[in-house]
Amino acid sequence: MKIVVTIIGQDRIGIVAKISTALAEAEVNIMDINQNIMNGFFNMVMIADMQRATLPLDALQKKLADVGRALGVDVKIQHEDIFNAMHRI
Amino acid sequence: MLWRDEIFETNRMIEQNKLDVRTITMGISLRDCVDPDLKAFCQKIYDKITRCAKDLVAVGVAIETEYGVPVINKRVSVTPIALVAEGCKTDTLVPVAETMDRAARDLGINFIGGFSALVDKGETRGDTRLIASIPEALARTESVCASVNVGTTKSGLNMDAIRQMGETIKRTAALTADRGAIGCAKLVVFTNAVQDNPFMAGAFHGVGEGECVVNVGVSGPGVVKRALESVQGAPFDTVAETIKRTAFKVTRVGQLVAQEASKRLGVSMGIVDLSLAPTSAIGDSVAHILEEMGLERCGAPGTTAALALLNDAVKKGGLMAAQHVGGLSGAFIPVSEDAGMIDAVACGCLSLEKLEAMTCVCSVGLDMIAVPGTTSAATLSAILADEAAIGMINNKTTAVRLIPVPGKKVGDDVEFGGLLGHCPVMAVNTFGAEAFVARGGRIPAPVRSLTN
Repeated sequence: MKIVVTIIGQDRIGIVAKISTALAEAEVNIMDINQNIMNGFFNMVMIADMQRATLPLDALQKKLADVGRALGVDVKIQHEDIFNAMHRI
Repeated sequence: MLWRDEIFETNRMIEQNKLDVRTITMGISLRDCVDPDLKAFCQKIYDKITRCAKDLVAVGVAIETEYGVPVINKRVSVTPIALVAEGCKTDTLVPVAETMDRAARDLGINFIGGFSALVDKGETRGDTRLIASIPEALARTESVCASVNVGTTKSGLNMDAIRQMGETIKRTAALTADRGAIGCAKLVVFTNAVQDNPFMAGAFHGVGEGECVVNVGVSGPGVVKRALESVQGAPFDTVAETIKRTAFKVTRVGQLVAQEASKRLGVSMGIVDLSLAPTSAIGDSVAHILEEMGLERCGAPGTTAALALLNDAVKKGGLMAAQHVGGLSGAFIPVSEDAGMIDAVACGCLSLEKLEAMTCVCSVGLDMIAVPGTTSAATLSAILADEAAIGMINNKTTAVRLIPVPGKKVGDDVEFGGLLGHCPVMAVNTFGAEAFVARGGRIPAPVRSLTN
């Protein structure tokens, strides 16, 4: 299963590092990263593979939400299929 | 690979524009529950409903968590009770409604539909008994929804049933007077009722349906309004095209959820209902879409044309996005459940007569409209007849939910709570129709050619 991780919030040092570390700890493999800063706001989208993940999706959502809270950013994890359904025929 | 903008677009629709799956409704056949003993019948339907839908709420929550799209309501519809309870030896079907209510409570769902009768051509003794039980059933239950189909294009209108339903609405209002006549908010009078409607209060599991299905209603008036904000001043060709594209995207989410829910629940996928269903929350209004097209207020001249375009474009956009489309599939215009409609009524722009005209071109009909408590049963029946005639002649579903609130007069505000919202009491034409309604009988089915 592939997931889409979106992170939005005030920019600061270490967001990518901490989020990536949390994913690595859960054996989630990052396949694609797209990130930029707009007007001081941090925007990032990751596509990751959960094939070898050691946590179920809801537990991963909670883990990443906790990491995001500590960084002051919103972290959202969704099954990739909702985006494929909406944007791909 | 997905583009970042696409991902942000989807999430903006969900987070800012209130895109949601309005309901996952499980339709359950109760045809195998028939029993002459009322107690045994009630036990059978309780067991069947709670067995079939035991995982419904959990699956809805799991889908919401996984895909990040809110699944607002999890509901159940059943075979019209008048049919399956026909052989019960009893004077009242209120205990059946109470059983349905208990099943809904134990399942953790907020509405269960199907306390219904189909009397478009005539009434059996079982139908009469069900209709007579409606007021008390709705007064004594929280989550049970009732509906009665009083006409079809093929059969014409059953004016005896329409007369009865005016009286039934009045009795229901009286029995729930202490709660703003809320019983009437759970009572729908249909013409051309559909078998696979996932939306309440009018959902029931039709007799042509299978054992158990999942129907999904998806909604996003806020998404459509937001899309139209980007084409301000553009000609209607662009407006229609923009709505179609948006409806396609919204419906694809419904299709995904319907597919997943049916797979996880182990039942067949029924339909996706393409309706635009508003809520009274800000930014979730069908009226505001019409106003975005250039109307000062919903109800102003041009409203019917705007709604016709909206309704048609939503269908065109949604049809290709879903495997099976059904239910009501169109824009809903419930007054109390739409912030823009409430404002339009409050400022005097939107009248009952304009709403009636609007129902000619959109889904459903006169929906969630509070009227003065002094409105007579005959007047209610006459309004039902007018709306039923629109459905019959135009070969479309019409549904009426009128709420004559005891003790309330025009302009007073009535609060129904939760999804049902609140609304100002609307003026009703006070000229009488007693002699018209007293005639009874049937209005014949219309000719289907020479359609001018």
